[in-house]
Amino acid sequence: MEISNIWYFLSALTLLSALMVILSKNPIHSVLYLVFTFFCISAHYVLLNAQFLMAVNIIVYAGAIMVLFLFVIMMFDLKKNTPEAKSSMTKLAGSIVAGSLLVVLIAIVRKNAIPGPALEKFNSQTGMVENLGQVLYGEFLLPFELVSILFFVAMVGAVLLGKREAGERNF
Amino acid sequence: MKLSNKTKVLEQGEMTLAERLYLPAIVGGMATTLKHFFSKPVTIRYPEQKRYLGPVYRGQHILKRDEAGAERCTACGLCAVACPAEAISMVAEERKPGEEALYREEKYAKVYEINMLRCIFCGLCEEACPKQAIYLQHDKMVPVFHERDEVIWGKDKLVEKMDQRYLRDGWK
Amino acid sequence: MELLTSVFIAKAIIVGVVFAITLGVAAYSTYFERKIAAFMQDRVGPDRAGPFGILQPLADAVKMFMKEDFIPANSNKWLFIAGPCISMLTALMTSAVVPFGDTVTIDGVSFDLQGIDVNIGILWVFGIVSLGVYGIMIGGWASNNKFALLGAIRAASQNISYELAMGMAIITILMITGSLSTKEIVEVQQNGHWNIFYQPLGFIIFIICAFAECNRTPFDLPECETELIGGYHTEYSSMKLGFYLFAEYINMFISGAVMATLYFGGYDYPGIDFVTQQFGSNVASFVGVGALLGKSLAFVFVFMWVRWTIPRFRYDQLMNLGWTGLIPLAMYNVVITGLGILLGKPFMVSVAGLILLIAALFVYDQLTVKKKIA
Repeated sequence: MEISNIWYFLSALTLLSALMVILSKNPIHSVLYLVFTFFCISAHYVLLNAQFLMAVNIIVYAGAIMVLFLFVIMMFDLKKNTPEAKSSMTKLAGSIVAGSLLVVLIAIVRKNAIPGPALEKFNSQTGMVENLGQVLYGEFLLPFELVSILFFVAMVGAVLLGKREAGERNF
Repeated sequence: MKLSNKTKVLEQGEMTLAERLYLPAIVGGMATTLKHFFSKPVTIRYPEQKRYLGPVYRGQHILKRDEAGAERCTACGLCAVACPAEAISMVAEERKPGEEALYREEKYAKVYEINMLRCIFCGLCEEACPKQAIYLQHDKMVPVFHERDEVIWGKDKLVEKMDQRYLRDGWK
Repeated sequence: MELLTSVFIAKAIIVGVVFAITLGVAAYSTYFERKIAAFMQDRVGPDRAGPFGILQPLADAVKMFMKEDFIPANSNKWLFIAGPCISMLTALMTSAVVPFGDTVTIDGVSFDLQGIDVNIGILWVFGIVSLGVYGIMIGGWASNNKFALLGAIRAASQNISYELAMGMAIITILMITGSLSTKEIVEVQQNGHWNIFYQPLGFIIFIICAFAECNRTPFDLPECETELIGGYHTEYSSMKLGFYLFAEYINMFISGAVMATLYFGGYDYPGIDFVTQQFGSNVASFVGVGALLGKSLAFVFVFMWVRWTIPRFRYDQLMNLGWTGLIPLAMYNVVITGLGILLGKPFMVSVAGLILLIAALFVYDQLTVKKKIA
């Protein structure tokens, strides 16, 4: 079995499940398809020999963030909240916007030749934890630390938002 | 308002560090369960092993015979009247000459039936009986039955067999 | 190419054996759970099916299959079926990276007694464990039952909360080892240098989190009978329910194996050098497999022992313990471990850290108590 066949299969699966995310009527199904899409993307990471990214993608996105999404959506009463049908004007506007975006994208792709991957510079070990760590804590130390500060600020913000204020009635 | 001066206000002090950590309590509890893990089980494996239920246990009914082997029951019907579940019914018959060895009194029960689904084993029949004819055995239970025709017990199952007589502890 | 096929076949055999062992242990865990519960309550437990009731799991399985397979009318049918399947799948996938033994050499070709030795080893376990909650959530939601949904939501929030502390506990192991690979984590601990001696605090945090992740008592709030009927599996019956229960036992066994790998030296056992000298390395490896299984089963026993000892927590207590107890402790543990590595005396520093922690708690306690009295 050729590795490229796996790639084609995976890509088709990814696109299909990504399409199902927006096409399925039930939000829970959408979330589950999104989780499946993340799995497909993780499989792509494995094909690229980036196992660390694969694991982190599964832990963070599929394992934590999507669980919280599912959590919130499960709390809705889905039967009552079916969105009413859009008017034909909105549909028309939507298709015009999406169509022009498509035209712009195609134009960009046609104008600029996308360079193929630099095979001679490709290092199969780049995705391994050790090399990734060296790069993160060496060359990109400053951006990495900045990101961690950003996360810290976001965390403090979340704690402040969730904090019970004096006199506030809660549950 | 105090009705008596026996009220005792329970003072719950601040929990100590060990109590609040909860870990020592967990270790203590685990030690207790482990001790029981190695102790002997108290189970009595019922159908094979049976425990003594005491001299006053009320089990399977028996229609007693006297020392000579004659049935004591005279079909007075007091047990049937006393029975709160109306489980007992009987048909009386006059004793014929020559049956003195079989029946002690001049009247006897030709049919004596207990509906075992109705019986609640209260023992009131035993209390009511003037002839000490019916007893609930302390050492024997009514066996499990599954068919409808096994529900009503007649004299064939109730009357005491001479080879295995029923004796209660106090009688000896 | 021939080497590749032989490796492939060896791996297939290993995966099959691991699969069989896991399922067998899980099946007999149900029996031993009942037996241990019985012994702890001075009873006998199941003893009718076969000698000592040893055939009880078979009888249970037959019963489970014979029961009516009921799907509620207003449930989401596909997701209702998918729930237990995902639970089972994620439970079984974790064992892929657990190193069950050292290398075995047959005909000059050596095999690792391990599913796959990837260099993200422990992250794989972590990722799959974090997916385990989907089975419960999907099943709970698809049942279309308030209590099942509440159970599912409890399970999700509990798992996410305890994953954090668990991850932090693992980080200290990674700091000591310098690798994510489970194989390397075990190899560093050979000859009695088990991580439990360097990481007592980390181990306590990890085992508490493992209890929470497996939804075992005292953290079995997702299926808390007094409040939620049956929790997420209220509407389940027959083998679908069986799958949920089975997945729990598999999780227990696997988390025991992971704990043995991370903290108790994996397949290391005292006297491994002696066995290697006397009987060769293959025999030593297989004894190592036995050692790992023994350690895992010991943990399974601890799981059951705790279940029949400690009552269930209240939900706010659970969240408090996770967020304000274990996570700060785990952070403290990371600092202590870092200090130990920096000073080059990991054992001394870890003990000193524990003593310091207890002393600090004691001092804090004394100070606050005095204030209240005054």
